[in-house]
Amino acid sequence: MHFAFTDQQIEFRDAVRQVLLNECSTDDLRASFAAPAARTPRWETLATLGVVGASVPEAHGGLGLGLVDLVPLLEEAGRVALPEPLLDTTALAVPLLAELTAADRATTAPVSDWLESIAAGGMAVAVGPPAPGPTPVAGADGADLYVLAAAGGPDGPEIHVLEPDSVTVTPVPSLDPTRRLAAVQWAPGQESRVASGPLAASLVGRTADRAAVATGAELLGLSQRMITLAADHAQERHQFGRPIGSFQAVKHLLAGAQVTLEFARPAVYGAAWSLDEGEPTASRAASVAKAYASDAATEAARVSLQVHGAIGYTWECDLHLFLKRAWALSAAWGSAAEHRARVLASLVAEA
Amino acid sequence: MDTPMDLRFTPAQEAFRREARAWLAANAPEPRSLPSLDTAEGFEAHRSWERAMFDDRWSVVSWPEEFGGRGVGILEWLVFEEEYWRAQAPLRVSQNGVFLLAPTMFEFGTEQQQRRFLPAMASGAEIWCQGWSEPDAGSDLAGIRSRAVRSADDRGWLLTGQKTWASRGAFAEWCFGLFRTDPEADRHRGLTYFLVEMTAPGVTVRPIPQLDGETGFAEIFFDDVFVPDDQVLGGVGQGWNVAMATAGSERGLSLRSPARYCEAASRLVALYRQRLATDPVGAGRSADAVARAWMDAEVYRLGTLWTATRVLDGGSVGPEASANKIHWSETDLAIHRAALDLLGPGAELHGGGTDAPWLDGYLFALAGPIYAGTNEIQRNVVAERMLGLPRG
Repeated sequence: MHFAFTDQQIEFRDAVRQVLLNECSTDDLRASFAAPAARTPRWETLATLGVVGASVPEAHGGLGLGLVDLVPLLEEAGRVALPEPLLDTTALAVPLLAELTAADRATTAPVSDWLESIAAGGMAVAVGPPAPGPTPVAGADGADLYVLAAAGGPDGPEIHVLEPDSVTVTPVPSLDPTRRLAAVQWAPGQESRVASGPLAASLVGRTADRAAVATGAELLGLSQRMITLAADHAQERHQFGRPIGSFQAVKHLLAGAQVTLEFARPAVYGAAWSLDEGEPTASRAASVAKAYASDAATEAARVSLQVHGAIGYTWECDLHLFLKRAWALSAAWGSAAEHRARVLASLVAEA
Repeated sequence: MDTPMDLRFTPAQEAFRREARAWLAANAPEPRSLPSLDTAEGFEAHRSWERAMFDDRWSVVSWPEEFGGRGVGILEWLVFEEEYWRAQAPLRVSQNGVFLLAPTMFEFGTEQQQRRFLPAMASGAEIWCQGWSEPDAGSDLAGIRSRAVRSADDRGWLLTGQKTWASRGAFAEWCFGLFRTDPEADRHRGLTYFLVEMTAPGVTVRPIPQLDGETGFAEIFFDDVFVPDDQVLGGVGQGWNVAMATAGSERGLSLRSPARYCEAASRLVALYRQRLATDPVGAGRSADAVARAWMDAEVYRLGTLWTATRVLDGGSVGPEASANKIHWSETDLAIHRAALDLLGPGAELHGGGTDAPWLDGYLFALAGPIYAGTNEIQRNVVAERMLGLPRG
């Protein structure tokens, strides 16, 4: 039992934090809001640092790291509301593609080329959640590669990987334009299929679990950022001749959000470890993580806006840059309520 | 640390778990078979259980062997707690001593004090209560007025004043309390932490019936009670610092191990499953509350392992103890509230019967956000010391 990150993981996180502090300021975020893009100079910087290729196997030019290693980096991405698709590309698409390189999973698709290109910063990937109907896919507008699930036939779901010339992408407006949401029209074919049957079912399930944890990790960073912005504001803003942060009504709002966040953290970290280790309860742990992180972010967002007062409701104030991402990610890959229902179903079945 | 993250207990820890489980299976009383520890009869029954544990060195596993423990670490203690609660063994009548005073005594006590008090605490021979709150000093603990003045022979102190809400106070042998030794000093300064024998001349105890009708706590009156110098813990005038160490234990790692809530959460899921079989619509109305309560306990387990690792790696627990206290007290409420909702009309049953423990548990849980510093005070601590907000 040693429930902590290693010194090396902390050092990597701190290095990434420093870079993002310089390259992803709120001014930078506003620029991204105005002109969202998948690959940017910042993405190249992150690729050079090894962040984009962190989960790519070393044989394909990456660092071969697991979800536990990624979680602190995703937390940093959340802290600055990083517009680029690190979560979809590095935390979701890469581990799925990497499994396809295993010898017994022969596919004619150029998986190795994709992995190498991703590690080099040359590809941003969009991953479609296995949802019924034409759900918009995050990061789909301008992606270089699409990992999509199809209902498939009697053998269960299929996974397809398509390049941009094989899909029709119709942008859909999101409150957070850096989400680059789009409806993706495509036709499953023999050529694009990379997995079917039990393998595809397993990959779909594990991708959803990884997505729950990775999204949860970004929500941790976002939550802490929103609470910190509000706490800073509460120290500067004076009413009745005192900083508003000296009033208990204000303190208790922020403290409540911080307490929820304090316990969302170990839930996310523990779930990442469970998934990396293939623990039997890993899927449930992922749902606990997402449910808690979504609730923490929803509370942090609401409370932070309330503490800011009217200025927080403006475009001018930076807070909305984080609120919008928090709202989007709270709902993405399963809401808190959906994940709680999953947790309970798993507990009831356990007896 | 270069140790990779690992949430499994070691084979040695698992062996320790099996040993504890076997001992508890052979020795623990049937669940809820002892009378309430807030009755004279129940107090003695619980004391006998403490003694049985002590005789086989299970009462204070994390203490050094010389004081009756096994010298195991915090993780093994958490493992023991998991087994203890899984066995639904009795509530610990000695908890104020072993979980609150003892960590403080290990940190601040003299060797002589440790030898004098710890073994008797571990065996249940001497049970402790806490003399902190006063009628006019609850949340504002630094406002206490009970005072101590030097005795005429200059060999100790004379204590005068009134303490209240002392859990176990009706039957305890000893009390640890805060008294003002320097009337000139400002609030937090000038306080001293005393160890007082409840049979000392001048001590008067008035039990207070709680809302369940039992005398779980008491008022204690001190009228020129002589306390010798060697019953000062941590130095004259150092009372606030010493008390904050005790409060850290109370809110942080040692008073409420996650096993207590995980066990209750498992019983809640079992109750939900029963209701699902007989009344799926009714059960469905509670589904989200049940899931939330179970998750609250689960994240507390994970949070505790996270904190325990930090402590083992040389870190400390600061204001996070306040966040911790808010979380465990609200978790306890959430679990019991969800259970009462599932029980429907059975929720008002009190005393015997299979459903009744939920109401008793709920009543106990309701005290959680009040004792050990109200949750409102803890939110102030989180806001001021974790988020840097100005003191009001």
